[in-house]
Amino acid sequence: MQDSLKSSSYQQLEQKSKYTNMFLRWFLYFILILFASYFIFPLYVMVVTSLKTMEEIRQGTLLSWPSGLNLESWAVAWGGRGYGAGDTFLRPYFWNSIKMVVPAVFFSTFIGAMTGYVLTKWRFKGDQWVFLFLLFGCFIPFQAILLPMARTLGVLGISNSVVGLVLVHTVYGIPFTTLFFRNYYISVPTELVKAARIDGAGFFKIFFKILLPISAPIIVVTVIWQFTQIWNDFLFGSTFSFGEAAPIQVALNNMVLSSTSVKEYNVDMASAIIAGVPTLIVYVLAGKYFIRGLTSGAVKG
Amino acid sequence: MFKWLEKNLPKIVMAPAVGLIGWFVYGFVLWTLYISFTNSKILPKYELWGFGQYEKLWASRKWLIAVDNLLIFTALFLIFCVVIGIILAIFLDQKIRAEGLLRTIYLYPMALSFIVTGTAWKWILNPTLGIQKMFRDWGFENFTFDWLVDREMAIYTIVIAGVWQSAGFVMALFLAGLRSVEDEIVKAAKIDGASLFTVYWKILLPMMRPVFFTSFVILVHISIKSYDLIVALTQGGPGISTTMPALYMTQTAFHKSQVGLSAASAMMMFMAVAAVIIPYLYSELRRENAR
Repeated sequence: MQDSLKSSSYQQLEQKSKYTNMFLRWFLYFILILFASYFIFPLYVMVVTSLKTMEEIRQGTLLSWPSGLNLESWAVAWGGRGYGAGDTFLRPYFWNSIKMVVPAVFFSTFIGAMTGYVLTKWRFKGDQWVFLFLLFGCFIPFQAILLPMARTLGVLGISNSVVGLVLVHTVYGIPFTTLFFRNYYISVPTELVKAARIDGAGFFKIFFKILLPISAPIIVVTVIWQFTQIWNDFLFGSTFSFGEAAPIQVALNNMVLSSTSVKEYNVDMASAIIAGVPTLIVYVLAGKYFIRGLTSGAVKG
Repeated sequence: MFKWLEKNLPKIVMAPAVGLIGWFVYGFVLWTLYISFTNSKILPKYELWGFGQYEKLWASRKWLIAVDNLLIFTALFLIFCVVIGIILAIFLDQKIRAEGLLRTIYLYPMALSFIVTGTAWKWILNPTLGIQKMFRDWGFENFTFDWLVDREMAIYTIVIAGVWQSAGFVMALFLAGLRSVEDEIVKAAKIDGASLFTVYWKILLPMMRPVFFTSFVILVHISIKSYDLIVALTQGGPGISTTMPALYMTQTAFHKSQVGLSAASAMMMFMAVAAVIIPYLYSELRRENAR
């Protein structure tokens, strides 16, 4: 009785404010679309600019539509013009990034899964402090480790190489991957593990038979997070590599900054899109997992 | 022996991660701290030199500009990201059509690197062919928008690009926060005659205190570390007008070979981050323990 009364008076209230609501909703959509255009604007400009010739760029405005589907600047950005020295293009650096990302994502995810597993299912005295110890690695400004890292890579003989960057990204990914897996495994009932232990299952058997089969969502979140972070990294890439070993973001920056006689904005924009497209594809395909990683790994910048 | 191995297997599995972080994070930070108290130039020297590098740092005009820029950038970046993020989150929370699409649009810049973002905005903001030309071609012949090449204003172009990249993220945080509030609370307030505005202003936003806190920490963290965006957009220029601490640190270390001085600047950044993060971690842990 009480409930039905409440909901009917609620409906009346909704009725009464119908007209104010209509106005409000138009306003709402107006603002939302206004912001959507602010966010879309640079992407639109990048795409149309990359399809224009330099002549069109000088004639038209940022927003003007390209005369046709002119893919030449894309070809130049990806494969160069085919003359020797000073012809920088993205293809080799794109592969550098792939060679760097795949092992670094794999190792950091694997190590994170293991530490997350131990920290939640094989708890020991002081494990909370160990977690805090690892977690702190999420927050340090990397400037505080750049100098010794550069020296260490030199001593190990892997400075300016993809291997060196794999090591760097694996190590500094561990705090995040540990955080992800620890927070996921903590909600898995420990009784499951206890029962398996009584049945005589060992450390690795429990991981592979019980934990791993239910880990798909967190593995996806972690892999996407690590992939995006490592693909988009510039600080490590530009500090620890140059020339041929550089990853794609470094190469993009060098291309855009290199002062040849004429600035080719169409090639710049095509290059920027090429460097951004892998992470954009992941975002569009797996946005849900991307956001989940973002909000729980949010501690990082 | 086997028994011991079996008993300690979990700890053995943990060891590499703990060892790596111990060495590469803690060891390295301590090394940098030590070096900041020496008179190291190109190569590190290990005799202590006191606070000399810190005195040099705070007497350097470039560093003071960097700190000044960081304060300006952080304040504006925080305000715009949070205000835009909250507005978008509240508006999206009104049972909007195509909410999924709009959310995707607001958040996609987060998937891009700051180098890509910087490259795009550099092109848009360049006075000869970018926005300025667009408005002039449209008939606003005196329209001027040349912040990118203006010493006084260039720092604000970094704010524009930074907000563009990160505002959607704050939106996602607040939207998740708003969605976790029980519907009943809002309904009850409406029955009591509260307008939608009052519901948000007096009830929901105050409930979002932890989200404000999280956003604050993350955004300050991003801004202290901001490096890529400046490299791609202005390279610290025109002149040194858009230098920020992270850029100062790498330039001093790798172009000027002033290892001790750059270590001191890195430690200043480290302390700034710690001042924000330690209270945050402390409160997070307390919340977790209270549960």
